[in-house]
Amino acid sequence: MAAEELPSEFDVVILGTGLVESVVAAACSRVGQRVLHLDRRSYYAANWASFTFNGLLTWIQQHHEESQSEEVQDRSSLLEEGEELIYLCNSDSASISNLQVFCYTRETHEEEEEEAPTPDPDPVDTTEVETSADGDNGVKETSETVSADSKEKETKDEASDEKEEEQSQAPHTDGEEPETAQPQPPTAPSQSEPVRKKISYTHLVKEGRRFNIDLVSKLMFSRGSLVDLLIKSNVSRYAEFKNITRILTYRNGNTEQVPCSRADVFASRQLSVVEKRKLMRFLTSCVEETEEQQVYNGRPYLEFLRDQHLGDNLQHFLLHSIAMVTEDTPTEVGLTSTRHFLRSLGRYGNTPFLFPVYGLGEIPQCFCRMCAVFGGIYCLRHSVQCLLVDKNTNRCKGVIDSRGQRISCSHFVVEDGFVSAERKKVATPPRSISRAVLITDASILPSDSDQQVSMVTVPPIAAGSPSVTMVELCSATMTCAPGTYLVHLTCQSVGSAHEDLSPVVTRMFHTSESHDQDERPSVLWCLYFNMADGSAAQVEGHDLPSNVHMCSGPDGGLGHEHAITQAQSIFDKILPQEDFCPPAPNPEDIIYTEEETKKEGVEEEEEKETTKEGEEEEEEEKTNEEEKETKKEKEEEEEEEETKPLKEE
Amino acid sequence: MHGRLKVKSTAQQEEQKRQEREKKLKIFVAVRDACFSKRKEGIWDDEALKLTQQVLSSNPDFATLWNYRKEILMHQETVKEKDEVQTIYGAELSFLESCLQTNPKSYGSWYHRGWVSSRMPKPDWARELTLCDRCLSLDERNFHCWDYRRMVVKMSGVSVDQELAFTDRLIGSNFSNYSSWHYRSTLLPLLHPESPEPPSPCLKPAQTSPPPSPQTHSHRVCEEQLLKEYELVQNAFFTDPNDQSAWFYYRWLLGRAEREDMISCVYVSRDEERVAVAFSRPVNAQSVGLLLVLDGQPQRVEWRSVHPRFKHSPLWICDLPPGTISDISYEHNLTVHWTEKHIHRDCALYTGRTESYCRDSAMDQELFRSELSVEKTSVLQSELQSCNQLQELEPLNKWCSLTIILLMRALDPLGYEKEMLAHFQTLREVDSMRSAYYSDLCSKFMIENTILKMEYAEVRVFSISDKNLTTLCHLDQLLLVTHINLSSNQLQRLPPQFAMLQCLEVLEADNNSIENLEGLYHLPKLEEVLLKNNKISTLADLQPLASCPKLKRLDLRGNPVTQIANVESELAELLPAVKDLLL
Repeated sequence: MAAEELPSEFDVVILGTGLVESVVAAACSRVGQRVLHLDRRSYYAANWASFTFNGLLTWIQQHHEESQSEEVQDRSSLLEEGEELIYLCNSDSASISNLQVFCYTRETHEEEEEEAPTPDPDPVDTTEVETSADGDNGVKETSETVSADSKEKETKDEASDEKEEEQSQAPHTDGEEPETAQPQPPTAPSQSEPVRKKISYTHLVKEGRRFNIDLVSKLMFSRGSLVDLLIKSNVSRYAEFKNITRILTYRNGNTEQVPCSRADVFASRQLSVVEKRKLMRFLTSCVEETEEQQVYNGRPYLEFLRDQHLGDNLQHFLLHSIAMVTEDTPTEVGLTSTRHFLRSLGRYGNTPFLFPVYGLGEIPQCFCRMCAVFGGIYCLRHSVQCLLVDKNTNRCKGVIDSRGQRISCSHFVVEDGFVSAERKKVATPPRSISRAVLITDASILPSDSDQQVSMVTVPPIAAGSPSVTMVELCSATMTCAPGTYLVHLTCQSVGSAHEDLSPVVTRMFHTSESHDQDERPSVLWCLYFNMADGSAAQVEGHDLPSNVHMCSGPDGGLGHEHAITQAQSIFDKILPQEDFCPPAPNPEDIIYTEEETKKEGVEEEEEKETTKEGEEEEEEEKTNEEEKETKKEKEEEEEEEETKPLKEE
Repeated sequence: MHGRLKVKSTAQQEEQKRQEREKKLKIFVAVRDACFSKRKEGIWDDEALKLTQQVLSSNPDFATLWNYRKEILMHQETVKEKDEVQTIYGAELSFLESCLQTNPKSYGSWYHRGWVSSRMPKPDWARELTLCDRCLSLDERNFHCWDYRRMVVKMSGVSVDQELAFTDRLIGSNFSNYSSWHYRSTLLPLLHPESPEPPSPCLKPAQTSPPPSPQTHSHRVCEEQLLKEYELVQNAFFTDPNDQSAWFYYRWLLGRAEREDMISCVYVSRDEERVAVAFSRPVNAQSVGLLLVLDGQPQRVEWRSVHPRFKHSPLWICDLPPGTISDISYEHNLTVHWTEKHIHRDCALYTGRTESYCRDSAMDQELFRSELSVEKTSVLQSELQSCNQLQELEPLNKWCSLTIILLMRALDPLGYEKEMLAHFQTLREVDSMRSAYYSDLCSKFMIENTILKMEYAEVRVFSISDKNLTTLCHLDQLLLVTHINLSSNQLQRLPPQFAMLQCLEVLEADNNSIENLEGLYHLPKLEEVLLKNNKISTLADLQPLASCPKLKRLDLRGNPVTQIANVESELAELLPAVKDLLL
């Protein structure tokens, strides 16, 4: 905590460091606004954050504890004439629910495989780690076993049973879990067969720093609004990106590669030459809007595809993997998302997607960094307690921070989690996203390279189930330890995350410790949770002063369109005349006049002085993750873009 | 307020840039001059290396300085230890790498790199190969790099199958890369040569492959591999039928075997006491050691082509000394030797005959079918099927139509004639820019078909009227034709090659657009020329006819030339032998 007081006057105060808030912060700071950017949490990026494995365990722990809300201090003493207070709520735990953790690997694997299976009839029990299996059947939450403060050291906390009450929303009984999660009867581990080297839980914890586990799972469309913004604003220089190397789909019990680029179609072994031609023809033809397509407006996309006589293979690929829509999506929507996919194809590689190295949590931080470079002030673990509202104008004049300091501002931007429910206008019924995070020991579709980054579309596996988007990250993305894969599953919630996603997980992965002849990758550890769908929160129509702008959390979509559009519209409301994130100047064109005074608790961003001649790329230090180094990759990509003709168009 | 950033204004930036440029220029000029003067003085020291490096790193296309560097390095070779030389060359390579980074298409840098690599005491070819692959991954069409890579591969003896795998990789990442396809076409015949008769499956091709030589048909590929290649290339053209790389490669795969060198025909005429010799390809008879033996006696004869314009020609003629064979009661035996190739052909002129010939017909030579060398018919049939399938999906694709035509011709040129004409019609419509090309090609194929028909009928009459011919070709195949009918086509000229029709007696070419009769040149037997409704407009155009000694009958009705005043008397003067003139 900063010992010093903050300046008491800002143009824009922003609470919450999610993507929308961070983009707004960068945009305002860039055009000369004085920005104070706060977050109550100890980490950046709110529900957009990435955590190390241990960090994630801490996060899980915190979410179990958050029910005790802090006592709200009365700040009415700070009120001036004609002012009133709006208290913010200080808990954002409402956005996360149904947290469940399962561990399918042993604590350690020093012992050899020949150890006898435990006599317990329940197979999953043998896979339990950490928590003592004292009599409980089935899978238990293991989150409570992780201490909140230590990254290195795990302390067992047996006294957290009361947290289980929080799970009441998840209508599962412990005993049921294993049955659904375990289609085969438990088998004793056999000694003879060659077994993939099992990775123990201890190993995961030990290698925990190598993980960067995103709370949201999204990809960047190569021609999506986020990539455009990163390039336009030069924020791209703060991060490094990797291509998604392949698009997969789960179909008839198999995982298949979806040929979408020209090179994929050429190389595909599963398509006949005629199918290849039909697919290419369809892909090139649907880029243009035609009258033929308009005839299908309002009718399902599936119907349109059927009438193209493409055959089942292609129809599946086009509907689920390329358009990524459901069978009853109207044709015009299906075509729009097909075009969006195709536009992004071939810009940076053979798939339309990019993924930031070190995880998506990097992106909000990159924008924060840009904000800080242009003078924005950052405080974590520092919140706003209430807003000061002018009774006459009903405008927010300023805020009172968590330390009781009065800070004036002309605009206040806030993450929706901090606004109390009664002031918010939310879509009914509230929508949410079901998420699962798995750490596995093998790729879902092994190939020549073990460093594939895959996007997998899983169509509804039963009537009424959601269609699931899965992203499998390899260690080259710096999001998981070598030898492991990090798998993110996302869908629109129908039930709890576990209800929605565990059927997919158990079909596609091996979820017990028994070593039967199973080709599928084994899940070592997994987490299920639900997150409020940011696209359900509405930006307009809240009971808030007009200069208070609410930002929603992550939405369930694959891209970032929702967040970027929202950020831009907030910026346009604050500064209607100003350019949104114009290109930042090159570091060498920046003149440093005064010694920057550093404040404790205020994270300053420094651009290295350009003392060397030439176009040496400046090395940059990460602000929060001290060991990571980011390279400037995006600029190279931009060059690449110039030199590589875009093949798909 | 808290350290706000100030950004330099554009004017400031411009000014700064200008100053920097000026400074750079000054330095550049100074260093360049220093290099020149040092070279003049013949100094080959380390400093000179440094100076040239300075200039070359900003301008790698300064050939003079690269040469100076070569001089310096060669000098260093003589004065330094081998290890040191290796180090110096190593440094040179890293310097070149930085040059290539600034300009990956610099002639100077690549050439110098080749020079350094080949001079280095212990070259690291693996590293060079990696460099090339990296460059090609950035720009797969950098031909400098391709060139250099070829050298590296040759020097380091990379195996052919590794190279084939390399092309697999490149084609996999982008099949619109003709460089890779082409490279493949040079590798395959080495790796999977066409097996000698009888065909045996090509196992262990790398070991058993004979050293390629121009004599063997080394550019052919064994059938098993061909099938794989067909599949690969089909994947490409089905994926993108508008990409020509794949089609060109496909055409190569379907391509013709080169015809063997041979004397395809010897013709002897008693009346003219003349011998005509046709070859399988144009040659220069004066330089290939052509020898004529008559009844065991080598003859001293003067070989000439049918038209003074041809130095190389598939047809050569000579006149025998007067009286040698003119007596019809004698039998003569002729042999023509192509001494250079150890090839000869005999021809007997029997008693009572006025002429004789000995030849392989177009059918014997599989002349036009071998346009696409004949693999098993079934393979071509299935190729044709898949092309037809593609054609159904892409009716407007010209590459597909063209390939179908070629396949049809390989399979059964006469049987597919009707389909072929339809495809040509499509081609002219979908690719109107090249309609003249398609018309010429179609003419060629129609002439081939007519020749085949003539051969089947065993006649010496060549008739191809009303077929929209725009050009004449394969005239060397018509040496023996006595009667030709070209009426109602779109011909504009009778080209010089027409003079190869040495036996021609009657020419019918009514209803064309002929303006030029160049090819009616010294045709010894030509008696009748029918040119009704053409575009002959001047008397000079008729001049060549004067060289045909036996011309009796000439029909020029409907030509502009008939409008000239005194045309009759002028023609009587020009062509006194013509008795039957129709104007």
